[in-house]
Amino acid sequence: METMFGIAVDGVAYGMILFIISVGLSVTLGLMRVVNLAHGAFAMVGGYVASYAAQEAGLPYAAALVAAVALTVLATLPLERLLYRRIYGSANELAQVLLTIGLTFVIVAGINYLFGPTLKRIPLPELLTGTVELGPKAIPAHRAFVIAAGAATLLGLWWLLERTDFGIRLRAAVDDPAMAAALGIRTERLYLATFALGTGLAALGGVLGAELLPLEPYYAIRYIVLFLAVVAVGGAGSIFGSAAAALALGIVDTAGKYLIPSFGEFFFYAALILILFRWPHGFFKGRTA
Amino acid sequence: MTSVAERDGKGDGKAGRMTGRTPLAARRDLGWIGIPLVAAVGLAAFWLLPDDLALLTRIAASALFVLSLDLVLGYGGIATLGQAAMFGTGAYAAGIVAVNWNNDPFIMLAAGGLAGGLIALTTGALILHARGLTLLMLTIAVGQIVQEVANKARDWTGGSDGLSGIDPAPVLGMFRFDMYGRTSYLFALAVLVVGLLVARRIVRSPFGLACRGVSEDPLRISAIGGSPKSYLVVLYGVAGVFAGMAGALTAVTSGIVGLDSAGFPWSAEALVMLVLGGTGRLYGAVIGTAAFMGIHHILAASDPFHWMGFIGLFLIGIVLFLPGGIASGVERLGGLLRGPSQNNGEDRA
Repeated sequence: METMFGIAVDGVAYGMILFIISVGLSVTLGLMRVVNLAHGAFAMVGGYVASYAAQEAGLPYAAALVAAVALTVLATLPLERLLYRRIYGSANELAQVLLTIGLTFVIVAGINYLFGPTLKRIPLPELLTGTVELGPKAIPAHRAFVIAAGAATLLGLWWLLERTDFGIRLRAAVDDPAMAAALGIRTERLYLATFALGTGLAALGGVLGAELLPLEPYYAIRYIVLFLAVVAVGGAGSIFGSAAAALALGIVDTAGKYLIPSFGEFFFYAALILILFRWPHGFFKGRTA
Repeated sequence: MTSVAERDGKGDGKAGRMTGRTPLAARRDLGWIGIPLVAAVGLAAFWLLPDDLALLTRIAASALFVLSLDLVLGYGGIATLGQAAMFGTGAYAAGIVAVNWNNDPFIMLAAGGLAGGLIALTTGALILHARGLTLLMLTIAVGQIVQEVANKARDWTGGSDGLSGIDPAPVLGMFRFDMYGRTSYLFALAVLVVGLLVARRIVRSPFGLACRGVSEDPLRISAIGGSPKSYLVVLYGVAGVFAGMAGALTAVTSGIVGLDSAGFPWSAEALVMLVLGGTGRLYGAVIGTAAFMGIHHILAASDPFHWMGFIGLFLIGIVLFLPGGIASGVERLGGLLRGPSQNNGEDRA
């Protein structure tokens, strides 16, 4: 019973981290049709900025979090203008893969040059190091915080996409970019804003998840397959699909590590193949499927 | 890569960044020089760089692997990040055969090719209906599963310690694998050249042309009575044979097979090498592999991260400025030299 509870808490927290990072990828993939393999690198940049801000500059956790998201978005916006704009659209799949792999390599090398190859930590404030009482059970405060942040991200994104003017334009552009442009929606700005949203989410996830996905230069390459798997199963552009896929993945992966440590990955990828074989556009069909 | 972008970009004016393609005839001219040139340069390297034979051997074996990826990607238009699944399977099959039953290098090659082809046919039939991100994910997943199986089947594969103790018998019973790696290199080079010849025959056969047709316009292929998916599956299987043989060749020449031979990074690296050289040309695979591994050898000696930064910048540059790889740069230069009239079709739109 105690194990099951531990699996549930850890799995949901892990899933929420996967969700926060992957949903950024899902949104950019849904709108711009870019297979952005550098997404993991953006999450890593966010984590490193937060680590630097908290450890070297001595900022409190919340300020480091905000600084990480803001700086990552600012640093990646020129990339949208210079690189990504040239490879939008599903026709350039291979160019996308190559360009974003190249970008990932450059970021990995840059991070190593600036921060060295050692593991970096983001020190947690006292508030997040204790436990939270939930009835008879107690769960680590950091896990509770991550779960709450994930839920808030989910609700916030839902509100942004379904209830605001921006969301309406975005959905129009996803459904039919040419028609949306003809109707006077400035798709270029929309792309820029969506790209910023995607990288901001990546950075947020990178900072929040530093305890679960440890920060080191190969982070960008090590975890990108996970994020892509979430998007592929959840369906590109679907928020709730990403959330469901990320939670399922997080719980299955955590349970696998606790219960059958030797065959976790095998089952994970076998399930992935079966799901994608049966539902090639993702288990939770996205808007663009 | 140019051609893939074009093929997928039909009906989408923006996507066809390079209007028109190199005329097939011009490409054939170069392709004809390509294979003897590979053999000649390979032999010259044998005399000129006697101290780097281990590196040269790795280049030759990897070039065969990248060649298999070129068959899939350059001629079938299948974007894959899991080609190492076939390479790893072939390498392990050859290693297991050598350790347990027969260590003749040709039997090892055959075992590797057979295993690679079988795994490619089975997984290809399972996954090739998909496109885009889904297909990329499926190919990655296949690679991860192969790696995981190799990791768990410790009794056969040695698990994470790698499969060692492969000691191939002399080639044809005459040429022993010496400690300087001379036999290894010449054997690898010979296999690579034969592989290039066979691949060239395949892509110019009616079957190869049909595969090109599928990648350019699957709808039309089915309209004239072909089955696009079955062409692609067979092509995937054929490329799997090449990849498996490349793996077996690595097992023969290095005597050890590790888990990373089926890993995702190896697939991605092969893709990078192919694109450096240029897709859809066969010899582009050799150029790309030699360039990639040669530069790697020089740069990574100081710091592997410098190497990553360099290759990353190089990739971005290739995608933005030279979408056909090094080979297309050479061809374009050739076009410029022959006169402006032939080059018109290659200018950017």
